[in-house]
Amino acid sequence: MGNLISFITGVVFAVGLVISGMTNPNVVTGFLNIFGEWNYALVFVMGGAVGTNLILFSLIKKREKPFSGAQFHWPTLKHVDQKLILGSALFGIGWGILGVCPGPGIVNLVTLETPFLIFVGSMVVGMFIFKLAFQGKKS
Amino acid sequence: MENILYPLIGGVLIGLSSSTMLAGIGRITGISGIFSSLLSKPKKENSWQYAFLLGLLGGGMIMLFIRPELFNYGGNFHPLQAAIAGLLVGFGTRLGSGCTSGHGVCGLARLSQRSFVATLIFMGFGILTVFIRKTLWGI
Repeated sequence: MGNLISFITGVVFAVGLVISGMTNPNVVTGFLNIFGEWNYALVFVMGGAVGTNLILFSLIKKREKPFSGAQFHWPTLKHVDQKLILGSALFGIGWGILGVCPGPGIVNLVTLETPFLIFVGSMVVGMFIFKLAFQGKKS
Repeated sequence: MENILYPLIGGVLIGLSSSTMLAGIGRITGISGIFSSLLSKPKKENSWQYAFLLGLLGGGMIMLFIRPELFNYGGNFHPLQAAIAGLLVGFGTRLGSGCTSGHGVCGLARLSQRSFVATLIFMGFGILTVFIRKTLWGI
């Protein structure tokens, strides 16, 4: 049951990404180009997503456990640290270079176009380098 | 109107999807973290992550089938650009414990201080990177 929920969630997430324009690297680059011809449309993607979640998360938080599964898996890290800052900065630079973040990168695999295959392949390598560098500290 | 309607609908779908994930199986929809599960040996407790990733591809295929024009980006992306972007996104999202979905879409809605800081940083560096891209290389 849990896997079915997760699968459907993935389908809807991908449909949302494509409809919103997030899968289009040029739209994302236009959104980040605030000093040039700024394409503000993606403000509404974030607004729609975060706004929906603000309402629904606050309702979900009142539950003791999820509908399928024993407990909620809330993130445990609470404090801002150097890893968070440095990691987010590197991610931001990578995001700006191509206009693709992980979700849209994965969804764009269905196009079988070379840049996206390279992007996701390199993303695996980047994650693997992290794993080697921090092995034992974090699985 | 249409240029903000689709981003808004897409954003709400992304919100509904991540709220369903939380309410359904108690998990945060953090795509970089979910994707990184592929780097570990297959485990039964990771099956929700595999199901979600299959869902992302399934949703992408559905959209590619019914609205193929949404995948015509018409951009010329250099393979090296995609490779460097992927490396930074992969390493950065692991070091920073999240990307646009985990920190942005879910973390902000959880009112997480870490996610708020992470989102400001990756947006800031994304904007800076696009500024440099446009100014120095005009791409």
